[in-house]
Amino acid sequence: MLLALGCAPQDSSATATDTSSQPTGQTAADCASGKTLKPDVLTIGTDSPAYDPWFAHNDPSNGKGYESAVAYAVAKQLGFQNSAVTWTKVPFNSSYAPGPKHFDFDINQISITSARAKVVDFSDGYYSAAQAIIAVKGSPAAQATSLADLKPFKIGAQTGTTSLTAIRDQIQPNSDAVVFKNTNDAKTALANGQVDAIVADLPTAFYLVAVEIDHGTIVGQFPSTGEPEQFGMLFAKGNPLVGCVNQALATIKENGTLAAIEKKWLSDTVNVPVLK
Amino acid sequence: MSTPVDDWVPSAREVERRGLRRERSRRDLAVATVAAVVVIGGLVVGLVLSPGWPTVRASFLSWPDAKASFHAVITGFLKYNVTGFLIAEPFILAIGVLVAVTRGTVSAAMFPLRVLAIVYTDVFRGLPTYLVIILFGFALPGLQLQGVPKNTFWLGLVALVLCYGAYVAEVFRAGIESIHPSQIASADTLGLTRGQAMRHVVLPQATRRVMPPLLNDFISLQKDTALLGTIFIFDGLFAAQDYAAYAFNYTPITMVGAMFLCLTVPLTRFTDWVGRRAMRRQFAGSR
Repeated sequence: MLLALGCAPQDSSATATDTSSQPTGQTAADCASGKTLKPDVLTIGTDSPAYDPWFAHNDPSNGKGYESAVAYAVAKQLGFQNSAVTWTKVPFNSSYAPGPKHFDFDINQISITSARAKVVDFSDGYYSAAQAIIAVKGSPAAQATSLADLKPFKIGAQTGTTSLTAIRDQIQPNSDAVVFKNTNDAKTALANGQVDAIVADLPTAFYLVAVEIDHGTIVGQFPSTGEPEQFGMLFAKGNPLVGCVNQALATIKENGTLAAIEKKWLSDTVNVPVLK
Repeated sequence: MSTPVDDWVPSAREVERRGLRRERSRRDLAVATVAAVVVIGGLVVGLVLSPGWPTVRASFLSWPDAKASFHAVITGFLKYNVTGFLIAEPFILAIGVLVAVTRGTVSAAMFPLRVLAIVYTDVFRGLPTYLVIILFGFALPGLQLQGVPKNTFWLGLVALVLCYGAYVAEVFRAGIESIHPSQIASADTLGLTRGQAMRHVVLPQATRRVMPPLLNDFISLQKDTALLGTIFIFDGLFAAQDYAAYAFNYTPITMVGAMFLCLTVPLTRFTDWVGRRAMRRQFAGSR
């Protein structure tokens, strides 16, 4: 309790100018007080391994990588010092299991969809990811300039992702999309020549091509279709903390923190050709 | 000769005995019914009254989600789980018999093959099937060897065949070793060679004897086809998990569980029946 009392005024003064836009005049820190799983501790979940560039060195608690940095920025707004944040491993498949959750929120590149929102609550979006095709340099798939060019190839993506939906709905390849358990498997299969191309969100694609895949290249990004899907933080249904986190997100969007984090951890995506 | 059958009247003692038997079977029926209602009803009530039941039911037993995912799940189940099992099974049997027979040979020239057979069973019985499948699905294609298929379905089946072949070889070896030496001695005196004795005398008896454990391994194989999902084969279970990841609903996993039961329960019943039949034949009414 003492810690929360000690933190809250400090943060509320730091964000005093931003909170003026809140009709209630209540800070995110005031809002979050007493609403966490464990008193005075913010428990954040993510999957293991935690992939680059969303996290760094598979350690979410180092504040490095986009999602780790966003999580700590939100935590600060909520009145939690870095030392008051603990991380817990939450396999994606168990994040939506019925029963009590052992995290306050889960941050794991989870796309907000209406089907999912029936089971869990999401924060507002904190990133909108375009999808990109990765192939091996010089391979036939790497020559594609349109989605139609990609139809004859064997293309894969991770299960449960927007990337996989993009293959199924937008490319509709002649052979079924290959489904991987995780991004590592997709990467290995591409290197082994077991698939011709893989799809991932653009920041992941940049990282894979730069660091993980020899001779990998980004063929292009998907054209946007209507409202792009956003990544949101996942909460237990009815968790009162959602509103506080949304308030914190609004603050770091307004004061430029979120843009700075994106600039620092995610590559510039303007130069990637859009596939017709 | 007219028999006084129609005139026969049960004695008072027989009537009493029948009455007692009827009474007892009525009582047994009543006790069994009450016990069943109490136990099964208790389980159902315990399940339904548990505090999380409504959420668990919505998450694991949702009819709209079952309908929406049925096509993908049944396709994966038939295309990979059932087909994979049917393809792998004959190869597993062949490898099992070959390895078991090789280990049973005595000739000096067969020594290297015997060693190979022993190493094979030791290695593949000692490794988790899951691990072997990952090695075959990811490491083998990584070698970029000519002739190694890139299709992980075949690679995964080879891994399953090798793992289960080792188990089945041991089952066959146990069966072969359980045949009494007098059988081989008798074959010798009839002028059969070692090979002929194995083929016509030992193996037929051994196979009958190991039928129940053999079928047991096949039931296990049917379930382990789900491990192919690890090497990106979109089998029934993986298709169910994929749907679950999008809809945040586990119903397709319950559904694929039911599909596996539809496949394994008949084989389990068949295994029981084969075991009982073997027992009947072997002991020929002495039990």
